[in-house]
Amino acid sequence: MAQAVVPHSQHAPISIPVRELLPWAAFAGVLALILIYFVGAEQGATSLISGNVVHEFVHDGRHLLGFPCH
Amino acid sequence: MVRNLLVRGMLAGLVAAALALAFAWIFGEPQVGAAMSLEQHAGHASHAASAEPEPVSRGVQSTVGLATAVGVYGVAVGGIFALVFAFAYGRLGALGARATAALIASGAFVTVELVPFLKYPANPPAANDPETISHRTVVYFTVVLCSVLLAVAALYLGRRLAPRFGNWNASLLAIVAFLVAVVVVCLVMPTVNEVPSDFPAVLLWKFRLASLGTQAVLWSCVGLVFGVLAERALMPYRAPVAAPVA
Repeated sequence: MAQAVVPHSQHAPISIPVRELLPWAAFAGVLALILIYFVGAEQGATSLISGNVVHEFVHDGRHLLGFPCH
Repeated sequence: MVRNLLVRGMLAGLVAAALALAFAWIFGEPQVGAAMSLEQHAGHASHAASAEPEPVSRGVQSTVGLATAVGVYGVAVGGIFALVFAFAYGRLGALGARATAALIASGAFVTVELVPFLKYPANPPAANDPETISHRTVVYFTVVLCSVLLAVAALYLGRRLAPRFGNWNASLLAIVAFLVAVVVVCLVMPTVNEVPSDFPAVLLWKFRLASLGTQAVLWSCVGLVFGVLAERALMPYRAPVAAPVA
């Protein structure tokens, strides 16, 4: 019953520099927020596209994901 | 490295969305369908008035529409999750990739979903006044924003208190501070009370439970799947620290 030494668990995490992170956070973050806007809020309180096709298409998902809907 | 994590985050989001979709389909769709047939029978004010045909059929809404909505939401959430993880990894003490991902997922679920849900719970069709959509949208996203900002502030507070009180007590103090602040925000925000008095209570309860469950499946799956994927990607990012010689 010797204590097993597991070498690969003896590593410390190294953080990623903020400078490397910022451009990705800006572009991908904004893009992701726009996608969430289209699923969660487009053609509700605000409309970028006229009509209600987007709203009706994601209708069930919008209700079930908890976003305010008509 | 960030690009790599981002791709893995969106992948984890897609997997999570598939599971959340299955949950929403099994537990949520029957409630949405029941509420909508109720809406048609009752001749709900605005919907009865709009005589023009629906642009998207129920069959499309409940299948392709639901899958698209949950899928896009999952990928977007996974992407943001990866970015938050990329910042948090290595900055939350000695937590590894999987523990960091699990911690962010549970924190994000409480902050982004649970807190807003407790103030403005999800409603099925026919349970809200369509005229108030602007007001409800503003107050809902205000609570989301407040909750996220307060969570970030609490995290910062916890890090500041850690040297004086130790990690455990500092974390407890930060959580208590977050809860108190969030309760104050919820008390200050206006109440939305629009569910018609003859709306079936059991249907409302089942729908809200299904909505919360869908989000819980999504967030826990994002956290667990991303943790495994990120751990593999981050192997070179872990410095060996004097492993004891056997």
